Amino acid sequence: MSARTLTRALVGLVLPLFALAAAGCGGGGSDGGGSISVDGSSTVGPYMTAAAEGFQKENADVRITVGVSGTGGGFERFCRVETDISNASRPIKEEEAAICAENDVEYVEFRIANDALTVVVNQENDWATCLTVDELNAIWKPGSTVDNWDQVKSGYPDVGLKLFGPGTDSGTFDYFTEEINGEAGASRTDYAASEDDNVIVQGVGGEKGGLGYLGFSYYEANDDTLNAVAVDGGDGCVAPSVETAQNGTYTPLSRPLFVYVKKSSFAEPAVEDFIGYVLENEIAIAEKVGFVPLNAEQLATAKNDYQTAVEEAQG
Amino acid sequence: MATPAGSAVPAVAPLSLRSSRKHYGEKVIQALLGLCALVSIVTTLGIVISLLVPALEFFAEVSPVDFLTGTTWAPLFDPASFGAIPLLVGTLSVTFWALLVAIPFGLGSAIYLSEYASPRRQAVLKPMLEILAGIPTVVYGYFALTAVTPLLRSMGLQVEIFNVLAGGLVMGVMLIPTIASLSEDAMAAVPQGLRDGAYGLGADKLQVSTRVIVPAAMSGIIASFVLGVSRAVGETMIVLIAVGQQAKLTFNPLEGVSTLTAFIGATGNGDLPTGSTEYKTIFAVGLTLFVITLVMNIISIRLVRKYREVYD
Amino acid sequence: MSARKVRARIFQALMIFSLAVSMGVLTWLLISTFIDGVPALDSKLFTNPPSSVPEEAGARPAILATLYIAVLVLLFSVPIGVGTALYMEEYARKERWYNRFLEVNIQNLAAVPAIVYGILGLAFIVRGIGVGRVLLAGALILTLVVLPTVIIASREALRAVPDSIRQGGYALGATKWQVISRQVLPASIPGIATGSILALSRAVGETAPLLLIGALTYVAFDPTILGPFTALPVQIYTWVKLPDAGFQALAAAAIMVLLAIVLGMNALAIFLRSKFRQRW
Repeated sequence: MSARTLTRALVGLVLPLFALAAAGCGGGGSDGGGSISVDGSSTVGPYMTAAAEGFQKENADVRITVGVSGTGGGFERFCRVETDISNASRPIKEEEAAICAENDVEYVEFRIANDALTVVVNQENDWATCLTVDELNAIWKPGSTVDNWDQVKSGYPDVGLKLFGPGTDSGTFDYFTEEINGEAGASRTDYAASEDDNVIVQGVGGEKGGLGYLGFSYYEANDDTLNAVAVDGGDGCVAPSVETAQNGTYTPLSRPLFVYVKKSSFAEPAVEDFIGYVLENEIAIAEKVGFVPLNAEQLATAKNDYQTAVEEAQG
Repeated sequence: MATPAGSAVPAVAPLSLRSSRKHYGEKVIQALLGLCALVSIVTTLGIVISLLVPALEFFAEVSPVDFLTGTTWAPLFDPASFGAIPLLVGTLSVTFWALLVAIPFGLGSAIYLSEYASPRRQAVLKPMLEILAGIPTVVYGYFALTAVTPLLRSMGLQVEIFNVLAGGLVMGVMLIPTIASLSEDAMAAVPQGLRDGAYGLGADKLQVSTRVIVPAAMSGIIASFVLGVSRAVGETMIVLIAVGQQAKLTFNPLEGVSTLTAFIGATGNGDLPTGSTEYKTIFAVGLTLFVITLVMNIISIRLVRKYREVYD
Repeated sequence: MSARKVRARIFQALMIFSLAVSMGVLTWLLISTFIDGVPALDSKLFTNPPSSVPEEAGARPAILATLYIAVLVLLFSVPIGVGTALYMEEYARKERWYNRFLEVNIQNLAAVPAIVYGILGLAFIVRGIGVGRVLLAGALILTLVVLPTVIIASREALRAVPDSIRQGGYALGATKWQVISRQVLPASIPGIATGSILALSRAVGETAPLLLIGALTYVAFDPTILGPFTALPVQIYTWVKLPDAGFQALAAAAIMVLLAIVLGMNALAIFLRSKFRQRW
């Protein structure tokens, strides 16, 4: 085979790939469908991903992407007009709202599920079945040096304490530190921090002395490697579950989950339909991915807000 | 060019083989090719600017001394702490274990290929080494997390789920081809005459390899080690997947740490929130990484040049 | 056997052992990945988009994106790389300071960690040119990552062509470009092809730069060049982090696909090199 033949062969291989790529040149999705970009909380992420999957099955020409930059990171992009929807596991902060206002980004807040922020330990951890808020605070407060389980409560074994938790961009981080340490953002810094809750699951699941906190759905999905710790918020030990989160007895770690939608995006039929789909199927999606659904009252409020937003956008 | 009035007609130019027609096409082509070359210059400029500008802004707010000597790395927390020593120690720790594997096995493989293996065996074994070099690092990371860590645990080592040892050992395997191929090149460049002379004096292969070839190829071999260090320092995926993201100051290989690259990879993905000091830490760490690998590369290039000179 | 002979044998055994260890680990890696991945290796992997349910998940958008990226990187890196190599080997006057600087520059670029290219890409390609977090940006960044390798390989290929070929061409009255385009380049195509394919296989397997420009998003539709994307190595990384065993199996299966692509390219390059080894 001469070099000439070789060249021809290679060209023959590459040209079809070109054709493939040219097919990929088909524009940015503005052919009849629409594209929706979603980013934000890694707690809410799986919920919106499941919703996006279900929605795209029925509406194949809509392109939805879901990122998990963290609640804080999500708001940054949202207020910089980079995303249509921002997932959040805590309400938007004042500073963030101010940035949005600066950039003329108006939004609507929807509560789309509840969450029981769960404290998890390794499956082989059979001693820590219930922790009080004070004990959690002693472990997680800034400057804490607790590094062994026997320092947490007397009677606990001598097992090294390995901490895993969300990073600072996470709404879960903000919420937990506010409830447990009294101030959002106040936390010891020497733990394995990750915006990705899956890393926390991997970490705690792999370490006998592991302890971490994350959204309920991540615990539910991995209850074969993790144990949930019941939390004593002053009225006795309450284990996290759908019921205790909905009826409010799991305190102080039950919290609402939100999505924020740009008002200007509401004018797009794709977005409008998608949010409508999310609210219609809220309970089903929540159950599928292990979230705590809204109760009847909360769902009615959300649907009302939706109607208002749709009318506003059309009017 | 106008000839000034009154000047003499110039003497006949000396004979030249150059064509008397101007070849504009040639000039165009030369310019185009020069432009191609410019791309790499622009790339370097781009890297330097994209790192330097935010990094300098960062160092205006955080003193470089604190950065280089501080022992607590918590840039995203409030109050933030920017001591990069834990990251540097983490990088060093993983690199150490990687080289502990790569150097002996890489050098051993090189000696075997260069001094013992028949050309037929070489033709089979060298491509196999290249395969090792071609495996994407994300695959190595997966392997470290799912196969090596459990193996270490089953051997009785109390490793954390994310630990330095698994990542370092796998990184070492990844670097074996680098060290092996560069060392083998260096050894192959040693003139056959040296070998023949030694054999002629009655030396056996062991003596020839260790006392003649390796010392003769030493600068090339050291260059391969230095290149190995550089690549270990710059490796991201193995560390991200298997070594962890906790900036701890420890040399214990059973624990998880964070490295320079892991910090950038974990923090920088998705979005970089602009403007804040936390955002700029990515560039400060990136700059540190770039400088370290740059210095290593320059040393390595100098060493390679040195061994090439000796025999050319 | 004398002590000396024993030592010699042990030494030889050690050397063979070194190589054996490398091969052994490679085999272990391939086998364990195969075992982990076979349960998830079916047509779904190639036809389905990712999903939160492992049984339904596939890597179709990621595989397509990786193929598109490969084509784009080939398109960009070969002309620029070969062009630069031609300039350096055939046109540049080596004494000039800027040409020596160019040499050093390329050697340095070849060893810059990939993640630094990611930072560069984010600063200038995603934001600077304003292309955004799209497939094209990923392809451009990966082009820069492999460009030094293509340049170095092409230079070797060009250098291997003996000067007598060039001189013969000039003697027959050919211009410089004629000599290059009709003699030198065709003779060096196998070497250039080998180097380019090896560089391409590296680009296909790179993850870190793509992470930085936001390729980690959930993407359930077929990628377009100017749209959001996720590539195969990034999809693997996403799945590796998911603790569910179903996703770990998917990660292994996707790794098998990636290895097939990468090792296939490597094998092609090695084959080309041995088949077309020129004897001057």
